[in-house]
Amino acid sequence: MNEEDQQSVEVSTEIDLEDIEVRLLLEAIYQRWGYDFRDYAPISLKRRILRIVEIEKVQSISALQEQILRDSSLMQRFLNQLMVSVTSMFRDPHFYLSFRKLVMPLLKEKQQLRIWHAGCASGEEVYSMLILLHEEGIIDRVRIYATDLDQTGLDKARQGIYSIDSIKEYTENFQAAGGKTPFSNYYYSGHGNAVMRRDLSENVVWAQHNLVTDASFNEFDVIFCRNVLIYFNEKLQDRVHKLLHDSLTEDGILILGRQESLRLTSHVPNYSALDRREKIYQRIQ
Amino acid sequence: MTPFSVLVMGGSLGALDALHEILPRISQNFSAALIIVLHREKEESGGLMPLLIRNCAVPIGFPEDKDSILAGHIYVAPPNYHLLIEEDHFAYSMDEPEDYARPSIDALFESAAERYKNRVTGIVLTGMRQDGARGLAAIKGHNGEAIVQSPLEAIGDGMPLAALRAVPNAKVLTLREIAEFVASF
Repeated sequence: MNEEDQQSVEVSTEIDLEDIEVRLLLEAIYQRWGYDFRDYAPISLKRRILRIVEIEKVQSISALQEQILRDSSLMQRFLNQLMVSVTSMFRDPHFYLSFRKLVMPLLKEKQQLRIWHAGCASGEEVYSMLILLHEEGIIDRVRIYATDLDQTGLDKARQGIYSIDSIKEYTENFQAAGGKTPFSNYYYSGHGNAVMRRDLSENVVWAQHNLVTDASFNEFDVIFCRNVLIYFNEKLQDRVHKLLHDSLTEDGILILGRQESLRLTSHVPNYSALDRREKIYQRIQ
Repeated sequence: MTPFSVLVMGGSLGALDALHEILPRISQNFSAALIIVLHREKEESGGLMPLLIRNCAVPIGFPEDKDSILAGHIYVAPPNYHLLIEEDHFAYSMDEPEDYARPSIDALFESAAERYKNRVTGIVLTGMRQDGARGLAAIKGHNGEAIVQSPLEAIGDGMPLAALRAVPNAKVLTLREIAEFVASF
């Protein structure tokens, strides 16, 4: 065996070790704390775990496992880091244009509405929708459930405080998304922050919910589950799709992220696409 | 069936022009999978795909989550997500930007190296900052091939220079040579 071959064997052994360590860590977390990441998509999960190893300055994934079994605050930090999802308000303006055109008219026909943001992270998408509902004059008819696995993100979302540096981008996005009113109507600024108007979120219930282990808890006219399923493997995606389907009204609307699709689940026949590109689906059975 | 080659390519400033040099040379007999990450401003993203599609002899587009990676296809990372390779399909993440970039060239290259080992060729094109350098080193570390656009002709020499610092024995090619190399698959 020449030197190069030997090197490649060593490299691949190291890689396999990390995969084993990840599996053991996830099993440990599940048994000790009940959080089930075992069916998350492996590559992005491993990258995040390796970043946590770096941030926590531990020697290895195994070392992280040993500590996380005994340290609930480390588990909390792990959860925060794992759930980091960097997004913005009115991200994908085309989606909001399409939502306004195709979904708003359906919503306006109803007297009472329930909307679920499954995996709301730090709330940017929820506030985007609240602003849209406010502009369309139906915000008083809507009850919104915004849920996430991570309490820290939920707390941030509930406060509705965002960096003023993001406001320029949000404003541009809002205009591109067909915003009719000045974006500055919806927040107060102070101390380098933009604070979202309180009355916007009066009808929002912020709650912890785990799509992997918790059951359906209500029936909704619209469910947003954008850029959440990308973190799950195919088996788990299918399971969560069942939960989403069970949680929709008969003609409810399901909205997925831009690169996500129903294709991999057994629920394809249950929906018709209102906008295939923007991933807006309506339940038909 | 022999396993197909996987070409991963990344760039930023000037790389869109580079693609217009490279992609039209690809024929319909193209036998590799080519995966491209470009950093770009949001405004550009709308105009990018149609131009690329028009000039292309093989299927090209943004992959969806868990789409299989197929020979004879060109895949482009959509804006605002990291594009990763996992087993024989694509995976996405919305993790924070790496080296200010999302999509990150490093993220794609590293995951490609881990999965496809010596079947991967990494190509760092013109661009600013240093995204791609770490990923190219990972490809080299898994016995893949490393190619860097000549910093002398690159519009942005930051990325090629950083890549050469990380992988000093990478092959340095002109854009024309890179285009010929890609088209030879």
